[in-house]
Amino acid sequence: MAMEEEVFSHDLLIVGAGLAGMRAAIAAGEGLDVAIVSKLHPVRSHSGAAQGGIAASLGNSDEEDSWETHMFDTVKGSDYLGDQDAIEMMVKDAPGVIYELEHMGCVFTRMDDGRVAQRRFGGHSKPRACFAADWTGHTILQVLYEQIMKRRVRVYEEWYMVSLIVRDNVCRGIVAYDIDQGKLCVIRAKAVLFATGGYGRAFKITSNAHANSGDGIIATYRAGIPLEDMEFVQFHPTGLWRQGILVSEGARGEGAYILNNDGERFMTNYAPEMMELAPRDLTSRAIQTEINEGRGIGGQDYVYIDLRHLGKERILERLPQIHDLAYDFTGVDCFEEPIPIQPTAHYSMGGIPCTMEGQVTCDPGNTPIKGFFAAGECSCVSVHGANRLGTNSLLEAVVFGRRAGTAASEYAKGEVLPELPDDANQPAREEIEWVLNNQGSESVMAIKDDLQTSMMENCGIFRTEEQLKSQLATISKLRERFSKVKIDDKGRRFNTDLIGALELSRLLEFSDIIVTGAVARQECRGSHYRTDHPKRDDENWLKHTLAYRTDDGPRLEYKPVTITTYQPEERKY
Amino acid sequence: MAEVRFNIYRLNPETGGDGRFQEYKVECEKGDTVLDCLNKIKGEQDGTVTYRMSCRSAICGSCAMRICGHTRLACSTQVSGLLEIYEEITLEPLQNFPVIKDLVVDMKAYWEKIEAIMPYMVPDAGEPVPEKERLQSPEQFDTVFEVATCIRCSACVSDCTSLEADDKFLAPAALAKSFRFAGDSRDAADKERLTELVKEGGIWDCVRCYECTQVCPKDVRPAEHIIQLREKALNNQMEKSVGARHVLGFMESVGHSGQLDEGKLPMFAVKNIGAKISMVPIGIKMFLKGKLPLKHKPIPGAEDVQRIYKKLEGE
Repeated sequence: MAMEEEVFSHDLLIVGAGLAGMRAAIAAGEGLDVAIVSKLHPVRSHSGAAQGGIAASLGNSDEEDSWETHMFDTVKGSDYLGDQDAIEMMVKDAPGVIYELEHMGCVFTRMDDGRVAQRRFGGHSKPRACFAADWTGHTILQVLYEQIMKRRVRVYEEWYMVSLIVRDNVCRGIVAYDIDQGKLCVIRAKAVLFATGGYGRAFKITSNAHANSGDGIIATYRAGIPLEDMEFVQFHPTGLWRQGILVSEGARGEGAYILNNDGERFMTNYAPEMMELAPRDLTSRAIQTEINEGRGIGGQDYVYIDLRHLGKERILERLPQIHDLAYDFTGVDCFEEPIPIQPTAHYSMGGIPCTMEGQVTCDPGNTPIKGFFAAGECSCVSVHGANRLGTNSLLEAVVFGRRAGTAASEYAKGEVLPELPDDANQPAREEIEWVLNNQGSESVMAIKDDLQTSMMENCGIFRTEEQLKSQLATISKLRERFSKVKIDDKGRRFNTDLIGALELSRLLEFSDIIVTGAVARQECRGSHYRTDHPKRDDENWLKHTLAYRTDDGPRLEYKPVTITTYQPEERKY
Repeated sequence: MAEVRFNIYRLNPETGGDGRFQEYKVECEKGDTVLDCLNKIKGEQDGTVTYRMSCRSAICGSCAMRICGHTRLACSTQVSGLLEIYEEITLEPLQNFPVIKDLVVDMKAYWEKIEAIMPYMVPDAGEPVPEKERLQSPEQFDTVFEVATCIRCSACVSDCTSLEADDKFLAPAALAKSFRFAGDSRDAADKERLTELVKEGGIWDCVRCYECTQVCPKDVRPAEHIIQLREKALNNQMEKSVGARHVLGFMESVGHSGQLDEGKLPMFAVKNIGAKISMVPIGIKMFLKGKLPLKHKPIPGAEDVQRIYKKLEGE
């Protein structure tokens, strides 16, 4: 296939149109030529699947709440791996960004006096989740897109970003593929901001969308920039059995129970104080332990979440989507029966290293890549450390989307368009041509399936060195198989077969980084649980991982954690 | 479960020509959705089969398509449920949209219509922006929450019968989106919105077939919100459009005599002399077929109807 080349240019180019990307575009303000590239139409972004809430210490439901409490809960939840200066910034910004969303027209469930209602969530000591029933991510996503339409921001819809152009530590733009037209284009920009989401699709059971293939993370890595803390993958405690589809923590925030085969609220044995509202790492391990020890329902690989005692009216008011999802996907009527659930790969704590202003950095000394910014789940600021608290992800996306959007536009205002290297689109062009022309016998689906199944088995909630090393070998074999991949669709227009292969290549690459980081980290911290090293080890491992790309696989370095207020102590709930 | 036959609409924009159907057989398991099966077909049999998908949990709105003749989300439609009714599963792209490839349609016109309805909240410019949230009662939240759960899947637009007849019709998704703001206690642009919505292609062009409400996978009920917009328009004295006058004429006729005066209604609804004259030939035809009662008489008990009207007006 001959590939035409077109070159576009913008002051600020944002890749990804979920909460972080669109909030960044809005923050950029007037007088700047801003554009968004997204592989999906913006309202299809996976931010819309977030259900339960967005955290802010508004103090509406409990006047005692404060940013200090929110900060402590988040630091403790992160198992002390979160950078405390960034966490402080986020929780202080939180009330303001909620009011901004509200002023833009976002709908929130209300208290009788008309203020925004707030409910409890895992790991938070106060009720501080603002929500719109169990549609919170969706309603925020819609309102941000409304603002994008109002501002007439140019959106390159259904364009797949293939590679990032960085030379001499200066970002110069991206190469993107127009899916509908089958054209490869270079988009030059004074500043590029990635808001491309997470990497949960490496796992068989996941709440993530098919689209969450870590495109931005891998484009960054392939451009020579390291990735931070990739071994930390959050398993959400309650995914629909076999489907992995999210059952919001808001359900437990409203009072739902988790039960084993004996009908026991077993969280009493794991987190006697917070019970079902313990943080996700702990709750997922508790569920998996029950399953592993034979106390899953009928000895199988699931337990129950029980909403029945909440009553029909409360469920319909606060958790209507959960009701529908349980019914449509598992055939369970949650008014009458408990819902079968199992832990599901949900959130990527790791990602592109950046400062609180979204400035991407490339080493332990935080040397900046000029003109390159990141925000949201693809980034690692790091506010979630080793384990994110529920409702802090929507908050992070909005707070840091806004901050990074502001910083990137300030930067762009003072710059001219950077020069493009002659071969700017070469890696992307070669990759696409290779996929289209490769004559092999391996199918994308079969390799992906084997990757996801093996990652689930060997790099899931519980990990050992033996399993992880065998997984590294498995990934290496899968990558070998990928070199013989063959796709059926050789056409130009709307070739989703091609996109599927490009995505798989990224899944394989970041899985390797996750496992490499996990093998090295010989301790338990947050979501990373090594049964062969069952203690947290602050002396040796209170540090962030940085993974650099080399021909021999990821090379690891480490950088210190920023601790300002709270010294690490044992986590008890 | 068993082997299931899928009949899938195929159209390749590069080779052109008309669309055709292609048959695939899939080994289905209990719990498989239509999207699961499409992924099996694409992954194991034919990688050229093209469709949109992403979240596979009925929230992103990507995978709406016609499944056995009805528009649904592929990801939340169970194959076992379909097999209780159908022998094979037919998959076609959305109606009322140009097809790009196979099950993928061009949504450009859809979004242009959304953009045309001022799709964002416009608070009262005279009011200062509060430091904290604007207050809203739980009831005011409820009024707009249902329509705020629209996932923009276009199922309603695909099955809209008015749009099928008139491509200028804004169609249910854009009109429901309009109510998202018109119904919001924090929005202050009712007049501006409604002025646009009562024009041709707007709220009065819906024929109230309720297909949109029936087909919506999220129970957003667009038809009901179109009716709420009509009420708002009438309450704002926007009574000049044919649709508004039709409703008012209907109301007046029934309120007066307890039944509809079919001869008078069209003459009342249409104000413009030219338009009135243009209806004469059809009026004559109706008269000759005995469909135009010349004498309109009140029904027995018309006074009771009048009393009901009075009571309602009092409220």
